[in-house]
Amino acid sequence: MSGLDDLYKEIILDHYRNPRNRGELDSPPAHRTEGFNPLCGDEVTITFELSNDSVSELRIAGQGCSISQASASMMSAAVKGKSLEEVRELTRQFKSMMSIHGEEIGSEASDLTPKAVFELGDLEALRGVVKFPVRIKCATLSWNTLLTGLGELEE
Amino acid sequence: MSLPRNIKEQFPLLSQVVNNHQIVYLDSAASSQKPAAVIEAMNDYYRTINANVHRGAYEIAAQATEAMESARSRIAKFIGASSANEVVFTKNATESFNLVARSWGGQHLSQGDAVLITDMEHHANIVPWQILSAERGFEIRWIPLTVDGHLDLTELDQLLDGVKMVSLTAMSNVLGTLNPVRKIADKAHEMGALVTVDASQYVPHLPTDVQDLGADLMCFTGHKMCGPTGIGVLWGREEILDSMPPFLGGGEMILDVRKDGFTANELPHKFEAGTPPIAEIIGLGAAVNFLESLGMAEIRQHEIRLTEYAMNSLADRYGEDLRIHGPKNPSERGGVLSIEYRDVHPHDLSQVLDQRGICIRAGHHCAKPLMKELGVGATARASLYVYNDESDIDALIDALEPAGEMFAL
Repeated sequence: MSGLDDLYKEIILDHYRNPRNRGELDSPPAHRTEGFNPLCGDEVTITFELSNDSVSELRIAGQGCSISQASASMMSAAVKGKSLEEVRELTRQFKSMMSIHGEEIGSEASDLTPKAVFELGDLEALRGVVKFPVRIKCATLSWNTLLTGLGELEE
Repeated sequence: MSLPRNIKEQFPLLSQVVNNHQIVYLDSAASSQKPAAVIEAMNDYYRTINANVHRGAYEIAAQATEAMESARSRIAKFIGASSANEVVFTKNATESFNLVARSWGGQHLSQGDAVLITDMEHHANIVPWQILSAERGFEIRWIPLTVDGHLDLTELDQLLDGVKMVSLTAMSNVLGTLNPVRKIADKAHEMGALVTVDASQYVPHLPTDVQDLGADLMCFTGHKMCGPTGIGVLWGREEILDSMPPFLGGGEMILDVRKDGFTANELPHKFEAGTPPIAEIIGLGAAVNFLESLGMAEIRQHEIRLTEYAMNSLADRYGEDLRIHGPKNPSERGGVLSIEYRDVHPHDLSQVLDQRGICIRAGHHCAKPLMKELGVGATARASLYVYNDESDIDALIDALEPAGEMFAL
């Protein structure tokens, strides 16, 4: 059994206490998308704007546990300014780190050892979440919600 | 009279060590632990009389049928049913509600009708009505809450106007509130409506008499009352169950099948398609024996005492830092304590308590409309049962403070 120190690293608690990019952009013009974790009731609302195929602005609102809030905060910092292609790659890389068997259950990704394109930086701190399988969905909620939002824009 | 001091010893799981701590189980509102007597009754069935019921002409098949039907009779008596035919076995309370909605609702509800539920219902007593309503176009109304977590009945007459079914919980799985079911049922009956009661949190904890409750139909589940998972009950007045069409079709629920149709079986088999969960029914019968040996009145007294101890101790230690949802008076509620402690998110609180072997539930407790009314996304819920004592409460209280330090904003 892993200790709590593996889960609640200081950097996670820092993002929890001081979330980055908190709030909502006016929608429209921003795109707005919501995500829910049906198990624990966590909710996230992401509003973002694109310009030149890059995420130019992004805000996160909602409520949830320290893991979901910290992950959302870290994500917001990590994806801002990145191109859509880079965001998708980073998401894939993050979700791969969050998967128990090398890939997210139910994902279509078949590459068990995705090439690390990005330095994960602060996001590395979330690696310990994998040892607490119930919490994986907390960590991936905002990422899946962002993917949904990007998908909606393509429709 | 009080419960036996060594009662924990009758529950094998409670001697388990988790994360280097002896387990402190405070999640009985989600599922109770099982006494050895229940586990052994199910084992005995598989070891000695395992056979399908209601068909074999041989000895063990007859014994299996007898064991199952005698469990049905004991359960009927336990809840004050007029006859064992009024006890229908389902998979769980959720299936019981789906049966009521689909069978009774399918026959009686259409556009212009209304079903009245409450703001404190479990999803099991919301979604089956919503599914049917989407097909039939009837209205679903909600009895609101007062600030102290009771049902607000000031507008009950208006709410009941045009209602054909009132479906409500006898005890909230989040607030612990004990609802005035009889009062609401009497009013509903005056207005020509039937009453379905969600007794999932009630039957395990209080002496239950369906006649006193004034219910027409009642749903509850086995695994919250010392019984196994996979077995639930729908009780209904015989004339109402008789008038309802079958729910699931298949073996066991028919008297005759022809190419041009079928004739449904008599109660209760009409609603029990397929081979039933025989071991689970026998296990639930053993659970009823176990609870009766303790005495339901004693169980209720034990839980009032322990709830009072918990509420007082939590308030003494944490004062304004801690809030418990629902009624303040322990005699108006069950042993379900939804706690808000400082700014600690329930999920984080539960995770930290787990390090000390303390099991509580964090989440929306399958009551999302209620969470919305309370203005929270989730609560941390500690719930009590026969095997809990002051030492469990003390462990919970001691574990809160370090969690608060860790997640202080």
